[in-house]
Amino acid sequence: MRHGKYRFIIGFLAIPVALYAVLVISPFVQDFQISLTDWSGLTPEKHYIGLDNYQKIIHNNLFWKALWHNVLMLLIVPIVTLALGLFFAFMLNVGGRRRKGSASVVGVRGAGFYKIVYFFPQVLSVTVIAVLWEQIYNPDPDNGLLNSLLGDVGLTSLQQSWLGDPNIALACIMAVMVWANVGFYVVLFSAGMASIPGEIYEAALLDGANRYVTFFRVTLPLLRDTVATGWVYMGIIAMDGFAFVQLMSVNNGGPSETTDVVPLLLYKTAFRDNSQYGMAAAMGVAMLIVTLLFAVLTLRLNRRERIEF
Amino acid sequence: MTTEIFEDAPGPADKNPNQVIQKPAPDAAAKHRWRGEGVVLNVFSHGFLAVWALMVAVPLLWALWSSFKTSGDILSHPWSLPLHPHVDSWSRAWTKAHMSRYFINTVIVVGFSTVGTMLFGSMAAYVLARFEFFGNRFIYFLFVGGMAFPVVMVLVPLFFVTKNLGILNTLPGLILVYIAYSLPFTVFFMTSFFRTLPTSVAEAALVDGASHTRTFFQIMVPMAKPGIISIGIFNVLGQWNQYLLPLVLNQGNTDKWVLTQGLADLSVQQGYQGDWSGLFAGLSIAMLPVLAIYIIFQRQVQAGLTAGAVK
Repeated sequence: MRHGKYRFIIGFLAIPVALYAVLVISPFVQDFQISLTDWSGLTPEKHYIGLDNYQKIIHNNLFWKALWHNVLMLLIVPIVTLALGLFFAFMLNVGGRRRKGSASVVGVRGAGFYKIVYFFPQVLSVTVIAVLWEQIYNPDPDNGLLNSLLGDVGLTSLQQSWLGDPNIALACIMAVMVWANVGFYVVLFSAGMASIPGEIYEAALLDGANRYVTFFRVTLPLLRDTVATGWVYMGIIAMDGFAFVQLMSVNNGGPSETTDVVPLLLYKTAFRDNSQYGMAAAMGVAMLIVTLLFAVLTLRLNRRERIEF
Repeated sequence: MTTEIFEDAPGPADKNPNQVIQKPAPDAAAKHRWRGEGVVLNVFSHGFLAVWALMVAVPLLWALWSSFKTSGDILSHPWSLPLHPHVDSWSRAWTKAHMSRYFINTVIVVGFSTVGTMLFGSMAAYVLARFEFFGNRFIYFLFVGGMAFPVVMVLVPLFFVTKNLGILNTLPGLILVYIAYSLPFTVFFMTSFFRTLPTSVAEAALVDGASHTRTFFQIMVPMAKPGIISIGIFNVLGQWNQYLLPLVLNQGNTDKWVLTQGLADLSVQQGYQGDWSGLFAGLSIAMLPVLAIYIIFQRQVQAGLTAGAVK
């Protein structure tokens, strides 16, 4: 029995652990090592150059610019996405017109339908979404969906070159990230709201609270944990931004580097421009540091007692 | 309707919550007020909800209906419906732009890697959840830790690891990488799932002389079916939509490209060739199967994708 147990444990763990060690752990460890070399891929040998790559990154304006765009995405995209998600979820679950004799809190009619439609972008690949929105943002006043729509309703003055305009290109990409993710949070928060007992709403109602007070005093505090989880998820998505920027932006991070993000810069440094692998690996370490900082800050902010219900 | 509005017309008393209490039936008044709000809110919420529904649905429908138009029509009337539907852009995208091949490649890669992920992930999770042994916690945190770090960080070393293993630019290589990077979440979720299952049934099977392996496959896996389906859906969609990994690890032979790579390439090509309807047909090919599966299984898909977040 004992013998059989250990043979079983090893047998079941061997393949998953081996795959994980070779393809996930070992590259992770190697990244630190490569970041200390001048490896350009052209030569088989690498020379250890200490922290030179990190120093180069620190003095590289483009890196700071890209990192700033990451930070902007990290701040703006989750806030807007979660706020819209909460707003729509509240509308869906509590915004309904109360019918006589029914519970005090009613969802709007067709809530199920809205949830299905809102979730559409979540099942589509980032590639599909990015390519589609590239066409919507098409700068041509007759060709692009958005510009021709503005033209049709007489708002010709609002027509933009969208992704081609350095002032708004990043905002346009962030808008798509929000568009793509709101549905997920509507569904997630709806599930959370559905699990809040109706009596709590009933009690709030008897105390004379209106729906806005109810939302901020009852719903939001009880959803705290779900919102916090959503924040972490959204942060990870916003931290990446690679596919959206790579596929949508003019010239891979343009116009004039106004949309570049660190993952894209890393990709270009390694696989497009002169194969500067050491430098790219150092950027990877920098990404890890920023991600860890984000995680630590989130955990600290969320350290509060739980409300059980 | 009119009486309701009349009843609920906000008098000066309603504005001051203190005065509400002085009314003879305070809770009835509160309920009335709530209902009055409900009328306004109902119109208000439906308005916002409908606008967002249109904002989501119209771009997708636009891509679909544009795929039935000629490129000239798309250029001159981007909003118009295809009155004389053309289907040749679909065949152009399917054969000439090789979307069929990319589609099949994607099905192969996602099929094998999802099965592999679920098999290996459940095996590891079961052992980690149900057995005590030296290093259990260490291996668990090794797996779970993988959820936290950015994949983009390991691109350079991963490229060379797969190159040295001789699996760079191959479909099996992509399958192995997908499995490895899907393990953290799968192991995390399935471990907590196996912990919730009752131990008595598995123990009874062991007493009856079934081996651990047999107990796992014939008793635990069927019992864990709901969890396996949830995470299976999560993995299928995640791997189907993967872009970064194939872009770096599968950039060689275009014969081996997956759908997302093909679509990204089509988008660039279209810029040179002006084949807009072909692009929209390609978009639709990449979009429709997942949307169709989603609409059929929407309950399970929504539950599967949000399962991780509420756990």
